[in-house]
Amino acid sequence: MANNQHAAPAPIGGSLVNVVTLSCAVLIALMVAVLAVRFLFGLGAVTGINDGYPWGIWVVVDVVIGSAFACGGFSVAMLVYIFNKGEYHPLVRPALLASLFGYTLAGAGVIFDLGRWWNVWNMFWPGSINLNSVMFEVAVCITLYIIVMWIEFSPTFLEQMGKHDARKKLNKAMFFIIALGTVLPMMHQSSLGTLLVVMGAQIHPLWQTPMLPLLYLLTAITMGYAVVLFESCLASSAYRRRIEMQMLTPMAKVMLGFLVVYLVVRIGDVLVRGALPKAFVPSVEALMFWLEMACFIAPLILIGAETNRRNPARLFLAGVLLMLGGALLRLNGFLIGYETNIDGAGGFTYFPTLAETLVTAGMFAIEVLGYIIITRRFPVLPREDVQAAH
Amino acid sequence: MSTRRDFLKGVLASGAAATAGVVAAPARARETKARPPEALGLLYDATLCVGCKACVAACKEANNNPPEFSTVDHLWDTPLDTSGYTFNIIKMYRNGTMDEKDQETNGYAFMKTSCMHCGDPSCVSACPVSAMTKDPVTGVVGYNPDKCIGCRYCVAACPFGIPKYQYDSPTGRIGKCELCRHRYKDGHYSACAEVCPTGATLYGKTSDLLIEAKRRIALKPGERAKFPRGKLGGPDQSYETPAGKYLQHVYGETEYGGTQVLKLSGVSFEKVGMPNLPPDAAAAMSETIQHNLYGNLIMPFAVLGAMTYVARRNVKPDDESSDKEEG
Amino acid sequence: MGNMNEIFDTSRKTLQEIEQRLEMPRREFLQFCATLAVTMGLPAGAEAAVAKAIEAAKRPSVIWLHFQECTGCSESLLRAEHPTLEKLILDVISLDYHETLMAAAGHQAEAARKDAMKANKGKYVLVVEGAIPTKNNGIYCKIGGQTAIDLVKECAADAAAVIAIGSCASWGGMPSTGPNPTGASSVAEVLGKPVVTIPGCPPNPYNFLATVVHFLTFGKLPEVDKLGRPKFAYSRLIHENCERRAHFDAGRFAMEFGDAGHRQGFCLYKLGCKGPETYNNCSTLGFGDAGENNWPVGCGHPCIGCSEKSVGFEKPIHQVARVLNVAPPQQYPRIVEEQGKAASFASAAAVAAVAGAAAGAAIMLTRNLGLSHAAEEAERAKDAGGADKPAADKAQV
Repeated sequence: MANNQHAAPAPIGGSLVNVVTLSCAVLIALMVAVLAVRFLFGLGAVTGINDGYPWGIWVVVDVVIGSAFACGGFSVAMLVYIFNKGEYHPLVRPALLASLFGYTLAGAGVIFDLGRWWNVWNMFWPGSINLNSVMFEVAVCITLYIIVMWIEFSPTFLEQMGKHDARKKLNKAMFFIIALGTVLPMMHQSSLGTLLVVMGAQIHPLWQTPMLPLLYLLTAITMGYAVVLFESCLASSAYRRRIEMQMLTPMAKVMLGFLVVYLVVRIGDVLVRGALPKAFVPSVEALMFWLEMACFIAPLILIGAETNRRNPARLFLAGVLLMLGGALLRLNGFLIGYETNIDGAGGFTYFPTLAETLVTAGMFAIEVLGYIIITRRFPVLPREDVQAAH
Repeated sequence: MSTRRDFLKGVLASGAAATAGVVAAPARARETKARPPEALGLLYDATLCVGCKACVAACKEANNNPPEFSTVDHLWDTPLDTSGYTFNIIKMYRNGTMDEKDQETNGYAFMKTSCMHCGDPSCVSACPVSAMTKDPVTGVVGYNPDKCIGCRYCVAACPFGIPKYQYDSPTGRIGKCELCRHRYKDGHYSACAEVCPTGATLYGKTSDLLIEAKRRIALKPGERAKFPRGKLGGPDQSYETPAGKYLQHVYGETEYGGTQVLKLSGVSFEKVGMPNLPPDAAAAMSETIQHNLYGNLIMPFAVLGAMTYVARRNVKPDDESSDKEEG
Repeated sequence: MGNMNEIFDTSRKTLQEIEQRLEMPRREFLQFCATLAVTMGLPAGAEAAVAKAIEAAKRPSVIWLHFQECTGCSESLLRAEHPTLEKLILDVISLDYHETLMAAAGHQAEAARKDAMKANKGKYVLVVEGAIPTKNNGIYCKIGGQTAIDLVKECAADAAAVIAIGSCASWGGMPSTGPNPTGASSVAEVLGKPVVTIPGCPPNPYNFLATVVHFLTFGKLPEVDKLGRPKFAYSRLIHENCERRAHFDAGRFAMEFGDAGHRQGFCLYKLGCKGPETYNNCSTLGFGDAGENNWPVGCGHPCIGCSEKSVGFEKPIHQVARVLNVAPPQQYPRIVEEQGKAASFASAAAVAAVAGAAAGAAIMLTRNLGLSHAAEEAERAKDAGGADKPAADKAQV
């Protein structure tokens, strides 16, 4: 509720030129160079994707995993506005910022990967759309959500630009925007999982289930909180600010709640479908499955106890592990467990090329650079009176 | 202040919204679609195939596709599989000493790989922009490059690995067999069937082809029988030859609800690269999920309504002036 | 056979005349007509039309010009065996002017040409052999004081048809290869309009004869491709009908002259055979009436692409050809083929670097957070147990 209890957000200030921002700039420049080659000579000129693996890391990491990492805004907004936990309000803006970047870049990343990008308008053209397509649903929801998020975040810019009237008007409708901002991610994050269903037996049984939408939605929410833990710790450490432990500790508990629900559904599903024996066949898939499960289960041990949740190191680690777990769930489903020729007889190999990796690295660099610039110049992080901004 | 009660209210509201959505759109499965009654297709009989690859060359010519090279000296059109530029290919199964044709051990066999024109195609279900469509009459799964955005979801979705993207081009298209539908207006039919010297690839209505396939697998191995060539229902080009040793399985009769291209073989289908598929199409499952969750947007709107209601109560403008508003 | 009967029924008399005129038995004459009809790819029965046309004894006047050439085309024509060419040129056609073959010389010869042109104005056939020099107003080739350019223009003006025989007349041939000191050009270039071309060095005489007889029979020249070559002879690559094609498809090549593969008659592609980029019918129509296999590839030498512009006399003989129509070979992909690139050192290193950097940063951050937390805890003077925990965390990472 009363947000004004908390310190109002304020720009951090400080120089924009340092080792981190310069490294980001270099990575971004490399990405632009690779993309120039890609748009001039085709996807095959820079990526390792082929007839057997039509989707590489540009889809799986940049879009599927990238957008899940960007669920912080959605998860926190849901906690604050839907579950009415006003005390988490200061987390909203930074989380929303990370989400904004994550999603906007995921949207841009889609364009890099689209083989016939100039036709993309068909996605929104009533004569072309295919309501049966999961991809259509994902694309439309993500696009809408990006717009919604920019509106949600616009008060930050309006504040900075001194347009208070516009801000007030916007505030009147904000509740609806926020509601949209929770429903849209629910829709497309679950649908990102449904994307795999139509691939049928090409997806390894450990990752192919009608429960995919629920699994992806639950992990997206969990990852959202995990990202907030990660980002809060990182921002505090980088800007030498106090960690907001009074918020992170209880939020971690909410996160664990979602995690437990996920694990119950996930393990139950694998058991009910009888896919578990596949996890004991010595194979890359089985190894990756256990790695993924370990990343999901470890946080329970790590921060299961209330006292442990007060330790920022453990919170941070749990956050990282959950992000990794969610990322692995997606990577395993879309790449490791994917096989064009069914029955393990596929002759295709895929490994991201150097150029391909550079683009993904560049995307994350844009995100980091953008985050630094905006937090230093716009009111995002709560004002801290005690310590001067670095 | 936020209280446990408010929190519970939020939980209840969202739970109710979800339930409302589920109730409003009761789970109803989208059945696997059958082929259209007048569906066109091919019957490939591996026991008749002599591996001349006339169909491979004819397909390239009919679709105006360039050669693809996989040997060091770029002399032959040597695609290893179907690709953005190769819509039809004859592959060879080899085992041991390769003594006899259509024999699983110490034998060899040919297999044609091209689009199966599924009754319920995954690629059509997957395509977000209706660039992949199934003709309601002929059932031909066609591609429209003017709509295609190149997302390659169809490539990932197809269980036979048929639609393929042209990765080497900045304006690459998806390439796949369209049963030579562009040649129908000149009185032609599928080039592969047109040129096949032994009738191993036969063109016709799938319903007729299925009867023909059933007739063949009922033949005793070695029994002399007539085999049509070219097009079923076209000019009679049939010839007499001993029947092969058929597996008692018409591939494509029931796979994924039935495909329009049917196959006969002497070697188990899995060994010649034809996946073992259930009678229910993956597209049916995917669309069942999709429509139950989003059918008519009932569920999303229900959830949105509930969320709006809750958010309306909980969202406090960031302005200091709005303290007194009740929450 | 019905057509044969028709011929015998209706024109037994004329056939007898022909027999006398050509000094060729009737049977042999009909074989000759059939050969020409087959060369042109005419349907069964067309030999009757050919025979009738030749019988009709309306011998077309032919004027034959020689420019920059070796007379090889004429020489090869002389070696056509059925019938012997002297019969043909004297009796089937009326060769009114041919510098090598005509008895007349000097002014007499030129007068014969002029007379023939006048007498058959608009009806004679002009055949040009050899390239035409165009540099310095064409002074490098003069006959009777006239440059080649003038001659060809003068003769072409009233001709019913112009046929360029040999590569030189068709596209410049050997005289036109670099540095081309005389500016040797083709007939079509000099006349500024397309003409029928029979390229080859020399061309198969039957391709020329069939063209002339086609003109005789149907009153028009045969269908030609965009380079003016009759389609009946030049529509397919030598490679497509080559007797050694099976070796190409199976990947069996002679690697050097005289090696085991060469002696076994393997494909000559790797010795530089230009068959895959040369349109001609050498591989189906034997040369010089000496039986089949009597052509360069048949006797073990790669085709040099003599009839193909920018191949013959330009590409070195050993240089391998560009395969114009690539077809599948006699080999099959397996059911499953390995495709796609595995991790290269650079790509694996990049992924490892990213993962390593992320892991390293995470470990460092965890440690720092743990340490500061421990410090805070210590500050609060709680029990010392908290200080151990960061160490435990590190171990878990």
